[in-house]
Amino acid sequence: MDLPVIEPSPPAAAGCSAGSCGSTARQMDALSDAVRARVQDHPCYSEDAHHYFARMHVAVAPACNIQCHYCNRKYDCANESRPGVVSEVLTPDQAVRKTLAVAATIPQMSVLGIAGPGDPLANPERTFETFRQLALKAPDIKLCVATNGLVLPDYVEELARYNIDHVTITINCVDPAIGARIYPWIFWKNRRVFGHEAAAILIAQQQKGLEMLTARGILVKVNSVLIPGVNDAHLPEVSRIVKAKGAFLHNVMPLIAEAEHGTFYGVMGQRSPQPAELKALQDACAGDMNMMRHCRQCRADAVGLLGEDRGAEFTLDKIEAMEIDYEAAMVVRAELRAQIAAELAEKRARAHAPAAATTPQVIRIQPHVAKSAPPVGRPVLMAVAAKNGLVAVHFGHAREFLVYEASADGARLVGHRKAESYCAGDESCGDAEAVLAATIRALADCEVVLCSRIGFEPWGQLEAAGIQPNGEYAMQAIEEAVMAVWNEMLAAGKLAVGQIAAKRA
Amino acid sequence: MALEIIESCVNCWACEPLCPQQAIQAATPHFLIDADKCTECSGDFSEAQCASICPIEGAIINELGEALNPPGSLTGIPPARWAAAQAEIAGR
Repeated sequence: MDLPVIEPSPPAAAGCSAGSCGSTARQMDALSDAVRARVQDHPCYSEDAHHYFARMHVAVAPACNIQCHYCNRKYDCANESRPGVVSEVLTPDQAVRKTLAVAATIPQMSVLGIAGPGDPLANPERTFETFRQLALKAPDIKLCVATNGLVLPDYVEELARYNIDHVTITINCVDPAIGARIYPWIFWKNRRVFGHEAAAILIAQQQKGLEMLTARGILVKVNSVLIPGVNDAHLPEVSRIVKAKGAFLHNVMPLIAEAEHGTFYGVMGQRSPQPAELKALQDACAGDMNMMRHCRQCRADAVGLLGEDRGAEFTLDKIEAMEIDYEAAMVVRAELRAQIAAELAEKRARAHAPAAATTPQVIRIQPHVAKSAPPVGRPVLMAVAAKNGLVAVHFGHAREFLVYEASADGARLVGHRKAESYCAGDESCGDAEAVLAATIRALADCEVVLCSRIGFEPWGQLEAAGIQPNGEYAMQAIEEAVMAVWNEMLAAGKLAVGQIAAKRA
Repeated sequence: MALEIIESCVNCWACEPLCPQQAIQAATPHFLIDADKCTECSGDFSEAQCASICPIEGAIINELGEALNPPGSLTGIPPARWAAAQAEIAGR
């Protein structure tokens, strides 16, 4: 276990005393021990957990009571991965069967969420019937829900009754003038309400719901969609306010807007933010609030680890054919959880060990001393082809890269980039060049890419783009590998403060 | 007088629990309104409930065939802009 970090500044800003301290320790240090224990196996609430634990969403909630300009209720595509998209809507009985099938097949599956494709609380019968059955049949699965908040105050009691310990509210603004540019209408007290009036009602309900949940001790994460030119300058204020009301984690996500999605923003040409804009905003909010950086904006029927989707293995016809012995599965699941908890505890102990062997050059004794000391070496962004917290994926097989910022303060997860795996080993390799070019563009602000292996061709192209490939840390822990590379760069004199990498100039 | 749900319905269930006459049925390929039961909410609500929550423009029509939520009324996308975007996508 950790010693508490004693520091008068806001907890989210608290550093770790060891230079090797990773983002996970940093994120989790901001939480009390009690909260940490409640989120340690929840992949959407704990950055640490997301390397190990899987989640699933069951799409039992098709109805919605508001319209958001980034959503189109007609859209349903198996190849799209974003909120609000599903392949099939389930009845509560089907959802329960699917949950048990997934939990028995994927023992890492720790969390069942209802997140749509509409609003779970606009479908109260289907949502709560699903929770009611699962609380009885699968007591080892955490239940959570994500809502737009419009009718949240009416359901706080019922959420507490089913032991729903985690609730996510999407709060994009606290100012109705901004809200009117995000929400064209809401359905409220038997009529459709438009514009400023609609946004004012929605905002008031969200804030009331947030206060009611935190008053009951239910953990609340706030999601915000970053919409450039609409709410970007406003989100730091949102972050301050929701933190003051007791939200424990803020997740700022980039707008997804393409004309072919048929959304207002997509069709009207509203742009999505660049990764650097998202990171800058998350950093701006981080002084006040514990920020989430590992969100993958998954579908309302996603299954598996964050960043992967195994939904196709659990279609209705496939789960019908499965034999499920849930009693036996629970034993396996408990063993696996204990094993992962032990691994995490060991990792945390390592991360907090003073003068860790991986970073001999940078040893900080006190966080407040560390802040006033001159920085040693500039920060570097590195992309990692990762699995289970390790540098474990072949460059050509990576579907996504985690992006870490390495600096004298340690390695910190700052985001992820989606990629297509271009090396599928079959005829789909025909598009390899275009896919590789797209991947290199997505990683343009990174100076290093860490992977378990990489082919000759992409190696050369990455180098030409100013991104140094590195396969020397295969199967090593991400944060240790990232810091080892950063320290090599430091020792080689590549990180003089003020020196800008050539590619960024 | 009765309203009708047509094929652009996405089967989202939002309207079904709101109907004061229980006139709306889940069906395939899309939800249906029982014309014998539908009163267009007259006497119950000032606005037809199904059409007040339906997120799809044009999916609910009256006996004259007029959309209760015409193009652009819910999304805020001007119909000409929508058409231009579709043409642009089709031309790719």
